[in-house]
Amino acid sequence: MPIQYRSEVVSSRRAGQYHVLTLTAGSIPETTKPGHFLGVAIGGDESGLLLRRAFSIHGVQERGVFGGTVDIVVAAHGPGTRWLVGRHRADPLDIIGPLGRPFSLPRDPVSCALVGGGYGSAPLFMLAEHLRARGCRVDMVLGASTEEKLFGVLEAKRMASTVTITTDDGTLGETGRVTDALGKVMDDHDTDVVYACGPMPMLAAVADMASDRGVYSQCAVEESMACGVGVCMTCVLPVIGDDGVTRMVRSCVEGPVFRGDRVRWSDVGTIPPDTLGAPAVEGGTR
Amino acid sequence: MTRAVVRPAEALRPQTHDEVDMSTSLAGLDLPSPILTASGCAAAGKELDQFFDITEIGAVVTKSIMPEPRSGRATPRMAETPSGMLNSIGLQGPGIASFLERDLAWLRQRGARAVVSIAGDTVDDYARLAKTLRMHEGISAIEVNISCPNVEDRGKVFACDAGSSSAVIQAVRRNTDSRVPILAKLSPDVTDITTIALACVRAGADGLSVINTLLGMVIDTDRLRPALAGVTGGLSGPAIRPVAVRCVWQIRQALPDVPILGMGGVRTGLDALQFLLAGANAVSVGTMVFNDPSAPLRVHRELQTALAERGFTRLVDVISYAHGYLDRDQQTLDPIDEDIDAVAEEQ
Repeated sequence: MPIQYRSEVVSSRRAGQYHVLTLTAGSIPETTKPGHFLGVAIGGDESGLLLRRAFSIHGVQERGVFGGTVDIVVAAHGPGTRWLVGRHRADPLDIIGPLGRPFSLPRDPVSCALVGGGYGSAPLFMLAEHLRARGCRVDMVLGASTEEKLFGVLEAKRMASTVTITTDDGTLGETGRVTDALGKVMDDHDTDVVYACGPMPMLAAVADMASDRGVYSQCAVEESMACGVGVCMTCVLPVIGDDGVTRMVRSCVEGPVFRGDRVRWSDVGTIPPDTLGAPAVEGGTR
Repeated sequence: MTRAVVRPAEALRPQTHDEVDMSTSLAGLDLPSPILTASGCAAAGKELDQFFDITEIGAVVTKSIMPEPRSGRATPRMAETPSGMLNSIGLQGPGIASFLERDLAWLRQRGARAVVSIAGDTVDDYARLAKTLRMHEGISAIEVNISCPNVEDRGKVFACDAGSSSAVIQAVRRNTDSRVPILAKLSPDVTDITTIALACVRAGADGLSVINTLLGMVIDTDRLRPALAGVTGGLSGPAIRPVAVRCVWQIRQALPDVPILGMGGVRTGLDALQFLLAGANAVSVGTMVFNDPSAPLRVHRELQTALAERGFTRLVDVISYAHGYLDRDQQTLDPIDEDIDAVAEEQ
């Protein structure tokens, strides 16, 4: 169950183009699993920016000098995230976590490929630890447009059996996209499960590659959210249920992690006509 | 700089907050707290119950339910705006059958008071919903969301037309147990909200929910197109609070006895107090729940403290209190702030 916690910034440090924030988190780390996310309120009690920002949890520490803490990775690309990276040690923050449905872990020690795009790789390191603890093989593929936008290359090298880096401009690793490199990784290591987190087009491509090979995939989506707790109905996307019916489901509570073969990737941003309750006529607010 | 807090002359000293009786009555419905959730901002209560005890607030106003399941609109459905947000959800919901079986059943079992919001495409949709709800216990009140396009009137929003509003309210009233109050939720996007208010009351509304969102639009200047897939959306949040307070005030002036559930950008106890002073009998906390999921109970507590500080012992005494300001100017005011007392004595 998520907890709303009056947090304090423990530290904020740069990592390439990103900032890693460590926040006090009370008992949140005790129930956090890889793939869970944190909802962070922006700008204090009188802020004009009302909507919480969602960040996948990069790491947790259950007990330290500051009690439980969580790490998140922030890219300053808008007014909310710019405010957030401007916080200093001991500044207060209102956080809620752990939120969402985490990655499910295999029961058996299988071979796993973890794919991250940009700072979407943030939750994959905690995931890698859990998988390794279960005896799973972990191969990582990290990609970004350019070297500065990669996140966690050194961490990946410490944790994974192999690490493949791709950049669109060739500033580090192979020139190209993660999907250009993923096929070989899957073939070389007989991948059983693919885990992915990053931009939607990347997830769509990774999920399709996995499906084509009959490999199970889990993707953590990035949909814009207003509340993060399941009440606003903003962050929906078309997902096929166990009954074969497509519904518009909330990525904050039914996700952010979905089975790659269940999300209708090419229909994201639309209401596919066969969705439950799809409109005959448009209408109504809320 | 301090401002004098004016309190009723009869109160001798500020009360401690737990001495303030927070109960209120809304269209015959007795509520232990004047704070409710707002439709579309609390789903059916279950998610928020993780953050505060939903039985402690006045009631949960559920997301508008329609006869059949509805997928809602495409994404993006939301755009952040200064002190607010724009939404175009399109009434996504599971339909009345699933709502009754899952959501209402859960609210009953949880012991929460439920105000069920209903929405339709036609007058007959509303009538059918009321008939269905009539067969179920555990409904404290029905809120009628008339801010929907009337498919039988070229998509004109019911709430923007006195005749259409009246037809919907009549249909719901006729099919609802007389012991269950019905509230008409009004749109501020009208020339004179008191005209629609009066039409709804004459058609049998026991109370009014004031206000729904304002129609707005944001254009994405990078993509050079509307930010929302639905093009326009409903504006909510603190940005609309002054509009909402004005609407409550005008309706209270026009209809001195009509029960009003006030809402629009309530963030703090003092915001809720503005609505009560303007004439609301109870207040909903809506969009701020997205910012702070414990907001409804926090607002209740802040309001209780604010009332105590102003010397009120009963919440009901503050309802419409601001309307008497001209009369009270004739009487001696009793400022709390002692510095200002001292200044007054020097003069």
